[in-house]
Amino acid sequence: MAPAAREGGRGPAAPTDGQPMVEMVDVRKQFEGNEVLRGVSLTVERGETMVIMGGSGSGKTVTLRLIAGLIRPTAGVVRVFGQRIDTLGEEELLPIRRRMGYVFQGAALFDSLTVYQNVAYPLHEHTNLPEAEIRQRVVHFLSLVGLGSEVLGLLPSELSGGMRKRVGIARGLAQEPQMLLFDEPTAGLDPTNSHMVAELIVQLRAGVCDTAVVVTHDLELTKTVADRIAILIEGRFAALGPREAVLASSDPAVQAFLSGEVRVTA
Amino acid sequence: MDTYLRRTVVWYGGVGMLAAQVLRSLALPRKYLGLVVVEVETMGVRSLGVALTASIFTGMVFALQSAVNMARFGAENYVGPLAALAILRELGPVLTAILVGGKVASGITAELGSMMVTEQIDALRTLGVNFIKRLIVPRVLAALLVFPLLTVMADVLGVLGGMVIMYFERGTDMWAYWNTTTYWVVPRDFLMGVAKSFFFGGIVTLIGCYNGLNTTGGTEGLGRATTATVVHCTMGVIVSDFFLTKLMLMIFW
Repeated sequence: MAPAAREGGRGPAAPTDGQPMVEMVDVRKQFEGNEVLRGVSLTVERGETMVIMGGSGSGKTVTLRLIAGLIRPTAGVVRVFGQRIDTLGEEELLPIRRRMGYVFQGAALFDSLTVYQNVAYPLHEHTNLPEAEIRQRVVHFLSLVGLGSEVLGLLPSELSGGMRKRVGIARGLAQEPQMLLFDEPTAGLDPTNSHMVAELIVQLRAGVCDTAVVVTHDLELTKTVADRIAILIEGRFAALGPREAVLASSDPAVQAFLSGEVRVTA
Repeated sequence: MDTYLRRTVVWYGGVGMLAAQVLRSLALPRKYLGLVVVEVETMGVRSLGVALTASIFTGMVFALQSAVNMARFGAENYVGPLAALAILRELGPVLTAILVGGKVASGITAELGSMMVTEQIDALRTLGVNFIKRLIVPRVLAALLVFPLLTVMADVLGVLGGMVIMYFERGTDMWAYWNTTTYWVVPRDFLMGVAKSFFFGGIVTLIGCYNGLNTTGGTEGLGRATTATVVHCTMGVIVSDFFLTKLMLMIFW
Protein backbone atom coordinates (compact mmCIF):
# COMPACT_ATOMS: atom_id res chain seq x y z
CA MET A 1 0.00 0.00 0.00
CA ALA A 2 1.26 3.44 -0.87
CA PRO A 3 1.82 5.76 2.03
CA ALA A 4 -1.49 7.31 2.95
CA ALA A 5 -2.14 10.91 2.06
CA ARG A 6 -3.16 12.14 5.49
CA GLU A 7 -6.07 14.48 5.37
CA GLY A 8 -5.75 17.32 7.77
CA GLY A 9 -1.96 17.16 7.54
CA ARG A 10 0.61 15.38 9.68
CA GLY A 11 2.47 18.38 11.03
CA PRO A 12 5.95 19.51 10.15
CA ALA A 13 8.20 17.28 8.07
CA ALA A 14 10.76 14.94 9.62
CA PRO A 15 13.98 16.59 10.74
CA THR A 16 16.42 17.40 8.02
CA ASP A 17 19.52 15.28 7.47
CA GLY A 18 21.88 15.25 10.39
CA GLN A 19 19.29 16.38 12.93
CA PRO A 20 18.43 13.64 15.42
CA MET A 21 14.87 12.33 15.75
CA VAL A 22 15.25 12.45 19.53
CA GLU A 23 17.66 14.47 21.59
CA MET A 24 17.72 14.44 25.39
CA VAL A 25 20.19 16.73 27.13
CA ASP A 26 21.00 16.27 30.82
CA VAL A 27 17.44 15.22 31.62
CA ARG A 28 16.40 14.70 35.21
CA LYS A 29 13.11 13.38 36.48
CA GLN A 30 11.96 13.33 40.05
CA PHE A 31 8.80 11.80 41.52
CA GLU A 32 7.95 13.10 45.00
CA GLY A 33 11.57 13.32 46.12
CA ASN A 34 12.66 10.14 44.33
CA GLU A 35 15.06 11.05 41.52
CA VAL A 36 14.56 8.40 38.82
CA LEU A 37 16.68 10.00 36.09
CA ARG A 38 19.83 11.80 37.20
CA GLY A 39 20.98 13.61 34.13
CA VAL A 40 20.65 11.43 31.03
CA SER A 41 21.64 12.53 27.55
CA LEU A 42 20.70 10.58 24.47
CA THR A 43 20.25 11.02 20.74
CA VAL A 44 18.35 8.79 18.37
CA GLU A 45 19.22 9.23 14.73
CA ARG A 46 16.84 8.69 11.86
CA GLY A 47 16.91 5.11 10.63
CA GLU A 48 18.27 3.51 13.78
CA THR A 49 16.80 1.34 16.50
CA MET A 50 17.88 2.44 19.94
CA VAL A 51 17.34 -0.03 22.74
CA ILE A 52 17.24 1.27 26.30
CA MET A 53 17.93 -1.48 28.81
CA GLY A 54 17.81 -1.46 32.55
CA GLY A 55 16.45 -3.28 35.54
CA SER A 56 12.98 -2.83 36.97
CA GLY A 57 12.49 0.71 38.26
CA SER A 58 15.61 1.99 36.55
CA GLY A 59 13.67 4.67 34.63
CA LYS A 60 13.42 3.03 31.19
CA THR A 61 9.71 3.65 30.79
CA VAL A 62 10.07 7.14 32.26
CA THR A 63 12.60 7.88 29.50
CA LEU A 64 10.18 6.66 26.85
CA ARG A 65 7.31 8.66 28.34
CA LEU A 66 9.52 11.76 28.33
CA ILE A 67 10.21 11.24 24.62
CA ALA A 68 6.46 10.95 23.94
CA GLY A 69 5.82 14.08 26.01
CA LEU A 70 3.51 12.17 28.37
CA ILE A 71 5.45 13.57 31.33
CA ARG A 72 7.72 16.58 31.71
CA PRO A 73 11.31 16.44 32.90
CA THR A 74 12.24 18.07 36.20
CA ALA A 75 15.27 19.56 34.43
CA GLY A 76 16.97 19.26 31.06
CA VAL A 77 15.89 19.49 27.44
CA VAL A 78 13.95 17.02 25.28
CA ARG A 79 13.80 17.57 21.53
CA VAL A 80 11.77 15.36 19.23
CA PHE A 81 11.81 15.75 15.44
CA GLY A 82 14.06 18.77 16.05
CA GLN A 83 11.46 20.55 18.19
CA ARG A 84 11.83 21.19 21.89
CA ILE A 85 8.87 19.48 23.59
CA ASP A 86 9.54 19.80 27.32
CA THR A 87 8.10 23.33 27.34
CA LEU A 88 5.02 22.58 25.23
CA GLY A 89 1.47 22.28 26.52
CA GLU A 90 -0.75 19.24 25.95
CA GLU A 91 -2.51 20.79 22.96
CA GLU A 92 0.79 21.71 21.26
CA LEU A 93 2.13 18.20 21.82
CA LEU A 94 -0.72 16.48 20.00
CA PRO A 95 0.55 17.02 16.42
CA ILE A 96 4.02 15.83 17.48
CA ARG A 97 2.62 12.68 19.07
CA ARG A 98 0.69 11.93 15.89
CA ARG A 99 4.06 11.43 14.21
CA MET A 100 5.03 8.70 16.68
CA GLY A 101 3.59 5.28 17.33
CA TYR A 102 3.67 4.24 20.98
CA VAL A 103 3.31 0.55 21.81
CA PHE A 104 2.46 0.07 25.48
CA GLN A 105 3.68 -2.76 27.66
CA GLY A 106 0.14 -3.99 28.23
CA ALA A 107 -0.94 -2.91 24.71
CA ALA A 108 -3.41 -0.40 26.30
CA LEU A 109 -6.11 -1.30 23.78
CA PHE A 110 -9.48 0.39 24.29
CA ASP A 111 -11.27 -2.48 25.98
CA SER A 112 -14.80 -1.52 24.94
CA LEU A 113 -13.83 -1.30 21.25
CA THR A 114 -13.24 -4.13 18.79
CA VAL A 115 -9.88 -4.78 17.15
CA TYR A 116 -11.12 -2.95 14.06
CA GLN A 117 -12.24 0.08 16.05
CA ASN A 118 -8.95 0.12 17.97
CA VAL A 119 -6.75 0.09 14.88
CA ALA A 120 -9.06 2.48 13.02
CA TYR A 121 -9.15 4.89 15.98
CA PRO A 122 -6.43 7.30 14.80
CA LEU A 123 -7.87 7.21 11.27
CA HIS A 124 -11.35 8.07 12.52
CA GLU A 125 -9.90 10.80 14.72
CA HIS A 126 -7.54 12.53 12.35
CA THR A 127 -8.78 11.84 8.84
CA ASN A 128 -11.99 12.15 6.87
CA LEU A 129 -11.40 8.98 4.90
CA PRO A 130 -14.43 6.96 3.81
CA GLU A 131 -15.15 3.90 5.95
CA ALA A 132 -14.26 1.49 3.11
CA GLU A 133 -10.79 3.06 2.80
CA ILE A 134 -10.29 2.94 6.58
CA ARG A 135 -11.26 -0.73 6.62
CA GLN A 136 -8.79 -1.46 3.84
CA ARG A 137 -6.01 0.25 5.77
CA VAL A 138 -6.88 -1.49 9.02
CA VAL A 139 -6.69 -4.87 7.27
CA HIS A 140 -3.33 -3.81 5.78
CA PHE A 141 -1.85 -2.74 9.13
CA LEU A 142 -3.08 -5.94 10.77
CA SER A 143 -1.51 -7.98 7.98
CA LEU A 144 1.80 -6.21 8.65
CA VAL A 145 1.73 -7.61 12.18
CA GLY A 146 0.67 -11.05 11.01
CA LEU A 147 -3.03 -10.89 11.85
CA GLY A 148 -5.87 -11.70 9.50
CA SER A 149 -9.23 -10.03 9.09
CA GLU A 150 -10.91 -12.71 11.24
CA VAL A 151 -9.84 -10.78 14.36
CA LEU A 152 -11.52 -7.53 13.29
CA GLY A 153 -14.68 -8.07 15.28
CA LEU A 154 -13.02 -9.43 18.43
CA LEU A 155 -12.75 -7.50 21.66
CA PRO A 156 -9.32 -7.14 23.31
CA SER A 157 -10.45 -9.47 26.11
CA GLU A 158 -10.90 -12.23 23.51
CA LEU A 159 -7.27 -11.99 22.31
CA SER A 160 -4.15 -13.70 23.62
CA GLY A 161 -1.32 -11.59 25.07
CA GLY A 162 0.73 -11.86 21.88
CA MET A 163 -2.23 -10.90 19.70
CA ARG A 164 -3.03 -7.91 21.90
CA LYS A 165 0.55 -6.74 21.57
CA ARG A 166 0.37 -7.10 17.79
CA VAL A 167 -2.91 -5.18 17.62
CA GLY A 168 -1.24 -2.48 19.75
CA ILE A 169 1.58 -2.30 17.20
CA ALA A 170 -0.94 -2.15 14.33
CA ARG A 171 -2.73 0.74 16.06
CA GLY A 172 0.61 2.54 16.42
CA LEU A 173 1.32 1.93 12.72
CA ALA A 174 -2.08 3.29 11.72
CA GLN A 175 -0.73 6.76 12.54
CA GLU A 176 1.91 6.16 9.83
CA PRO A 177 4.55 7.21 12.33
CA GLN A 178 8.03 8.47 11.61
CA MET A 179 9.23 6.80 14.81
CA LEU A 180 7.97 3.88 16.89
CA LEU A 181 8.32 3.72 20.66
CA PHE A 182 8.08 0.26 22.22
CA ASP A 183 7.65 -0.18 25.97
CA GLU A 184 8.72 -3.71 26.98
CA PRO A 185 7.38 -5.29 23.77
CA THR A 186 8.11 -8.85 24.90
CA ALA A 187 7.10 -8.56 28.55
CA GLY A 188 4.66 -11.27 29.55
CA LEU A 189 5.01 -13.17 26.28
CA ASP A 190 6.11 -16.76 25.83
CA PRO A 191 9.41 -17.36 23.95
CA THR A 192 7.65 -18.01 20.63
CA ASN A 193 5.65 -14.79 20.78
CA SER A 194 8.70 -12.87 22.06
CA HIS A 195 10.70 -14.07 19.07
CA MET A 196 7.84 -13.19 16.73
CA VAL A 197 7.59 -9.64 18.14
CA ALA A 198 11.37 -9.21 17.80
CA GLU A 199 11.24 -10.33 14.17
CA LEU A 200 8.31 -7.99 13.59
CA ILE A 201 10.26 -4.99 14.90
CA VAL A 202 13.08 -5.84 12.50
CA GLN A 203 10.66 -6.26 9.58
CA LEU A 204 8.93 -2.94 10.26
CA ARG A 205 12.20 -1.16 9.59
CA ALA A 206 12.02 -2.26 5.98
CA GLY A 207 9.66 0.28 4.48
CA VAL A 208 7.15 0.87 7.29
CA CYS A 209 8.96 2.86 9.98
CA ASP A 210 12.75 2.92 10.08
CA THR A 211 13.32 4.59 13.47
CA ALA A 212 12.48 2.99 16.80
CA VAL A 213 13.19 3.35 20.48
CA VAL A 214 12.73 0.09 22.36
CA VAL A 215 12.67 -0.13 26.12
CA THR A 216 13.29 -3.62 27.40
CA HIS A 217 15.13 -5.83 29.83
CA ASP A 218 15.09 -8.70 27.32
CA LEU A 219 18.66 -9.34 26.13
CA GLU A 220 17.59 -11.64 23.29
CA LEU A 221 15.29 -8.94 21.91
CA THR A 222 18.09 -6.40 22.24
CA LYS A 223 20.52 -8.58 20.29
CA THR A 224 17.94 -9.01 17.53
CA VAL A 225 16.78 -5.43 17.03
CA ALA A 226 19.33 -2.98 18.42
CA ASP A 227 21.62 -0.75 16.40
CA ARG A 228 22.67 1.06 19.54
CA ILE A 229 22.14 0.22 23.18
CA ALA A 230 21.85 2.45 26.23
CA ILE A 231 22.00 0.81 29.64
CA LEU A 232 20.32 2.67 32.50
CA ILE A 233 21.71 1.98 35.93
CA GLU A 234 20.73 4.09 38.92
CA GLY A 235 19.27 6.87 36.80
CA ARG A 236 22.28 7.29 34.48
CA PHE A 237 23.42 5.67 31.28
CA ALA A 238 26.22 3.34 32.37
CA ALA A 239 26.85 2.50 28.72
CA LEU A 240 25.66 3.96 25.45
CA GLY A 241 26.91 2.99 22.04
CA PRO A 242 26.80 0.51 19.17
CA ARG A 243 25.36 -2.90 20.06
CA GLU A 244 28.59 -4.87 19.86
CA ALA A 245 30.55 -2.28 21.80
CA VAL A 246 28.05 -2.16 24.67
CA LEU A 247 27.63 -5.93 24.84
CA ALA A 248 31.42 -6.28 24.98
CA SER A 249 31.81 -3.46 27.51
CA SER A 250 34.33 -4.09 30.25
CA ASP A 251 32.51 -1.79 32.66
CA PRO A 252 31.87 -3.94 35.76
CA ALA A 253 28.38 -2.46 36.35
CA VAL A 254 27.37 -3.12 32.74
CA GLN A 255 28.78 -6.63 32.80
CA ALA A 256 27.05 -7.34 36.09
CA PHE A 257 23.77 -6.15 34.62
CA LEU A 258 24.19 -8.08 31.37
CA SER A 259 25.26 -11.28 33.06
CA GLY A 260 22.26 -10.99 35.37
CA GLU A 261 20.04 -10.60 32.33
CA VAL A 262 21.58 -13.63 30.68
CA ARG A 263 20.78 -15.73 33.73
CA VAL A 264 17.21 -14.42 33.76
CA THR A 265 16.53 -15.01 30.09
CA ALA A 266 18.46 -18.27 29.69
CA MET B 1 -1.68 16.43 59.33
CA ASP B 2 0.74 18.21 57.04
CA THR B 3 0.35 15.50 54.40
CA TYR B 4 -3.46 15.62 54.74
CA LEU B 5 -3.47 19.40 54.33
CA ARG B 6 -1.18 19.15 51.32
CA ARG B 7 -3.35 16.47 49.71
CA THR B 8 -6.46 18.58 50.30
CA VAL B 9 -4.90 21.68 48.75
CA VAL B 10 -3.65 19.63 45.78
CA TRP B 11 -7.13 18.12 45.33
CA TYR B 12 -8.94 21.47 45.32
CA GLY B 13 -6.28 22.95 43.04
CA GLY B 14 -6.52 19.94 40.73
CA VAL B 15 -10.32 20.15 40.41
CA GLY B 16 -10.00 23.89 39.76
CA MET B 17 -7.36 23.34 37.08
CA LEU B 18 -9.48 20.65 35.45
CA ALA B 19 -12.41 23.10 35.39
CA ALA B 20 -10.15 25.67 33.70
CA GLN B 21 -9.02 23.08 31.13
CA VAL B 22 -12.65 22.16 30.43
CA LEU B 23 -13.56 25.82 29.94
CA ARG B 24 -10.68 26.21 27.48
CA SER B 25 -11.77 23.10 25.57
CA LEU B 26 -15.52 23.73 25.40
CA ALA B 27 -15.53 24.10 21.62
CA LEU B 28 -15.98 20.47 20.60
CA PRO B 29 -15.44 19.23 17.06
CA ARG B 30 -18.66 18.14 15.40
CA LYS B 31 -17.78 14.44 15.59
CA TYR B 32 -17.74 14.64 19.41
CA LEU B 33 -21.27 16.07 19.68
CA GLY B 34 -22.66 12.54 19.49
CA LEU B 35 -20.71 11.76 22.66
CA VAL B 36 -22.71 14.44 24.50
CA VAL B 37 -25.95 12.74 23.40
CA VAL B 38 -24.65 9.36 24.59
CA GLU B 39 -23.73 10.89 27.96
CA VAL B 40 -27.14 12.54 28.27
CA GLU B 41 -28.67 9.11 27.81
CA THR B 42 -26.24 7.47 30.26
CA MET B 43 -26.58 10.14 32.93
CA GLY B 44 -30.14 11.29 32.45
CA VAL B 45 -32.36 8.55 31.12
CA ARG B 46 -30.76 5.87 33.28
CA SER B 47 -31.07 8.02 36.40
CA LEU B 48 -34.72 8.95 35.92
CA GLY B 49 -36.00 6.14 38.13
CA VAL B 50 -33.74 7.03 41.06
CA ALA B 51 -34.37 10.77 40.84
CA LEU B 52 -38.12 10.59 40.40
CA THR B 53 -38.75 7.91 43.02
CA ALA B 54 -36.74 9.89 45.56
CA SER B 55 -38.53 13.14 44.75
CA ILE B 56 -42.08 11.79 44.89
CA PHE B 57 -41.49 10.08 48.24
CA THR B 58 -39.69 13.13 49.63
CA GLY B 59 -42.63 15.31 48.62
CA MET B 60 -45.06 12.88 50.24
CA VAL B 61 -43.17 12.52 53.51
CA PHE B 62 -42.55 16.26 53.72
CA ALA B 63 -46.27 16.99 53.30
CA LEU B 64 -47.18 14.26 55.80
CA GLN B 65 -44.83 15.56 58.48
CA SER B 66 -45.73 19.21 57.82
CA ALA B 67 -49.45 18.53 57.94
CA VAL B 68 -49.30 16.74 61.29
CA ASN B 69 -47.13 19.40 62.89
CA MET B 70 -48.58 22.52 61.28
CA ALA B 71 -52.05 21.39 62.30
CA ARG B 72 -50.89 21.99 65.87
CA PHE B 73 -50.56 25.70 65.01
CA GLY B 74 -53.69 25.81 62.87
CA ALA B 75 -51.58 26.34 59.79
CA GLU B 76 -52.36 23.18 57.84
CA ASN B 77 -53.55 25.31 54.91
CA TYR B 78 -49.97 26.37 54.34
CA VAL B 79 -48.55 22.88 53.90
CA GLY B 80 -48.79 23.29 50.11
CA PRO B 81 -46.61 26.40 49.78
CA LEU B 82 -44.23 25.18 52.49
CA ALA B 83 -43.70 21.83 50.79
CA ALA B 84 -43.41 23.46 47.36
CA LEU B 85 -40.89 26.06 48.55
CA ALA B 86 -38.79 23.41 50.27
CA ILE B 87 -38.87 21.15 47.23
CA LEU B 88 -38.29 23.81 44.59
CA ARG B 89 -35.59 25.72 46.45
CA GLU B 90 -33.71 22.92 48.20
CA LEU B 91 -34.93 19.36 48.21
CA GLY B 92 -35.43 18.99 44.47
CA PRO B 93 -32.01 20.23 43.33
CA VAL B 94 -30.02 18.97 46.32
CA LEU B 95 -31.48 15.46 46.54
CA THR B 96 -31.26 15.04 42.78
CA ALA B 97 -27.65 16.19 42.80
CA ILE B 98 -26.69 13.91 45.68
CA LEU B 99 -28.48 10.82 44.38
CA VAL B 100 -27.85 11.18 40.65
CA GLY B 101 -24.51 12.89 41.23
CA GLY B 102 -23.23 10.06 43.41
CA LYS B 103 -24.37 7.49 40.89
CA VAL B 104 -23.11 9.33 37.81
CA ALA B 105 -19.83 10.60 39.27
CA SER B 106 -18.83 7.26 40.80
CA GLY B 107 -19.51 5.66 37.41
CA ILE B 108 -17.31 8.26 35.72
CA THR B 109 -14.53 7.72 38.27
CA ALA B 110 -14.70 3.95 37.78
CA GLU B 111 -14.58 4.26 34.00
CA LEU B 112 -11.85 6.90 33.77
CA GLY B 113 -9.92 5.31 36.64
CA SER B 114 -9.88 1.95 34.94
CA MET B 115 -8.79 3.62 31.70
CA MET B 116 -6.05 5.34 33.68
CA VAL B 117 -4.66 2.21 35.35
CA THR B 118 -4.71 0.30 32.05
CA GLU B 119 -2.94 3.21 30.29
CA GLN B 120 -5.85 3.74 27.88
CA ILE B 121 -5.84 7.49 28.55
CA ASP B 122 -2.10 7.62 27.82
CA ALA B 123 -2.86 5.64 24.66
CA LEU B 124 -5.35 8.33 23.63
CA ARG B 125 -2.72 10.98 24.25
CA THR B 126 -0.10 9.14 22.20
CA LEU B 127 -2.63 8.90 19.36
CA GLY B 128 -2.73 12.70 19.34
CA VAL B 129 -6.20 12.90 20.89
CA ASN B 130 -7.12 15.72 23.26
CA PHE B 131 -8.47 13.55 26.09
CA ILE B 132 -10.09 16.53 27.81
CA LYS B 133 -12.25 17.12 24.75
CA ARG B 134 -12.82 13.43 24.14
CA LEU B 135 -13.56 12.24 27.67
CA ILE B 136 -14.28 15.15 30.00
CA VAL B 137 -16.03 17.96 28.12
CA PRO B 138 -18.88 15.78 26.72
CA ARG B 139 -19.62 14.53 30.24
CA VAL B 140 -19.61 18.03 31.74
CA LEU B 141 -21.81 19.42 28.95
CA ALA B 142 -24.24 16.52 29.36
CA ALA B 143 -24.37 17.08 33.12
CA LEU B 144 -25.09 20.80 32.65
CA LEU B 145 -28.13 19.76 30.63
CA VAL B 146 -29.23 16.66 32.54
CA PHE B 147 -29.13 17.94 36.13
CA PRO B 148 -31.47 20.93 35.56
CA LEU B 149 -33.84 18.73 33.54
CA LEU B 150 -33.94 16.04 36.22
CA THR B 151 -34.42 18.73 38.84
CA VAL B 152 -37.43 20.15 36.98
CA MET B 153 -38.97 16.68 36.82
CA ALA B 154 -38.14 16.03 40.47
CA ASP B 155 -39.73 19.38 41.42
CA VAL B 156 -42.95 18.56 39.60
CA LEU B 157 -43.25 15.05 41.05
CA GLY B 158 -42.29 16.23 44.55
CA VAL B 159 -45.01 18.90 44.57
CA LEU B 160 -47.55 16.49 43.12
CA GLY B 161 -46.55 13.84 45.67
CA GLY B 162 -47.24 16.32 48.48
CA MET B 163 -50.59 17.23 46.98
CA VAL B 164 -51.68 13.63 46.51
CA ILE B 165 -50.74 12.63 50.07
CA MET B 166 -52.59 15.63 51.48
CA TYR B 167 -55.70 14.60 49.52
CA PHE B 168 -55.64 10.96 50.58
CA GLU B 169 -54.29 11.32 54.12
CA ARG B 170 -55.74 14.65 55.27
CA GLY B 171 -58.72 15.04 52.95
CA THR B 172 -57.44 18.40 51.66
CA ASP B 173 -59.18 19.80 48.63
CA MET B 174 -56.68 19.46 45.76
CA TRP B 175 -57.86 22.61 44.02
CA ALA B 176 -57.42 24.68 47.22
CA TYR B 177 -54.00 23.09 47.82
CA TRP B 178 -52.91 24.02 44.32
CA ASN B 179 -54.28 27.57 44.56
CA THR B 180 -52.55 28.25 47.90
CA THR B 181 -49.31 26.85 46.53
CA THR B 182 -49.34 28.88 43.33
CA TYR B 183 -50.31 32.01 45.27
CA TRP B 184 -47.23 31.88 47.50
CA VAL B 185 -44.70 30.28 45.17
CA VAL B 186 -43.23 32.53 42.50
CA PRO B 187 -41.14 31.63 39.42
CA ARG B 188 -38.01 32.88 41.18
CA ASP B 189 -38.31 30.06 43.75
CA PHE B 190 -38.32 27.51 40.96
CA LEU B 191 -35.56 29.19 38.94
CA MET B 192 -33.20 29.46 41.91
CA GLY B 193 -33.37 25.71 42.42
CA VAL B 194 -32.85 24.98 38.75
CA ALA B 195 -29.91 27.40 38.62
CA LYS B 196 -28.29 25.61 41.54
CA SER B 197 -28.72 22.25 39.83
CA PHE B 198 -26.74 23.60 36.89
CA PHE B 199 -23.78 24.25 39.20
CA PHE B 200 -24.24 20.93 41.03
CA GLY B 201 -24.10 19.08 37.70
CA GLY B 202 -20.81 20.75 36.86
CA ILE B 203 -19.32 20.20 40.32
CA VAL B 204 -20.14 16.49 40.67
CA THR B 205 -19.02 15.69 37.13
CA LEU B 206 -15.73 17.50 37.57
CA ILE B 207 -15.14 15.67 40.87
CA GLY B 208 -15.91 12.32 39.22
CA CYS B 209 -13.59 13.08 36.31
CA TYR B 210 -10.76 14.43 38.48
CA ASN B 211 -10.80 11.46 40.84
CA GLY B 212 -10.88 9.09 37.87
CA LEU B 213 -7.96 10.78 36.13
CA ASN B 214 -5.92 10.70 39.33
CA THR B 215 -6.52 7.06 40.18
CA THR B 216 -3.37 5.26 41.22
CA GLY B 217 -2.72 1.93 42.87
CA GLY B 218 -4.42 -0.51 40.50
CA THR B 219 -7.80 -2.05 41.26
CA GLU B 220 -7.53 -1.30 44.98
CA GLY B 221 -6.88 2.35 44.17
CA LEU B 222 -9.83 2.30 41.79
CA GLY B 223 -12.12 1.13 44.60
CA ARG B 224 -10.79 3.86 46.89
CA ALA B 225 -11.25 6.53 44.21
CA THR B 226 -14.85 5.46 43.51
CA THR B 227 -15.79 5.54 47.19
CA ALA B 228 -14.05 8.89 47.64
CA THR B 229 -16.04 10.30 44.73
CA VAL B 230 -19.37 9.52 46.40
CA VAL B 231 -18.21 11.26 49.60
CA HIS B 232 -16.65 14.22 47.74
CA CYS B 233 -19.78 14.72 45.61
CA THR B 234 -22.14 14.60 48.58
CA MET B 235 -20.00 17.05 50.53
CA GLY B 236 -19.46 19.19 47.43
CA VAL B 237 -23.20 19.52 46.85
CA ILE B 238 -24.06 20.22 50.49
CA VAL B 239 -21.31 22.78 51.05
CA SER B 240 -21.68 24.52 47.69
CA ASP B 241 -25.46 24.61 48.26
CA PHE B 242 -24.97 26.89 51.25
CA PHE B 243 -22.72 29.31 49.37
CA LEU B 244 -24.86 29.28 46.22
CA THR B 245 -28.00 29.91 48.28
CA LYS B 246 -26.35 32.76 50.16
CA LEU B 247 -25.11 34.26 46.90
CA MET B 248 -28.47 33.95 45.17
CA LEU B 249 -30.32 35.44 48.11
CA MET B 250 -27.90 38.37 48.07
CA ILE B 251 -28.34 38.92 44.36
CA PHE B 252 -31.98 38.06 43.69
CA TRP B 253 -33.85 38.53 46.94
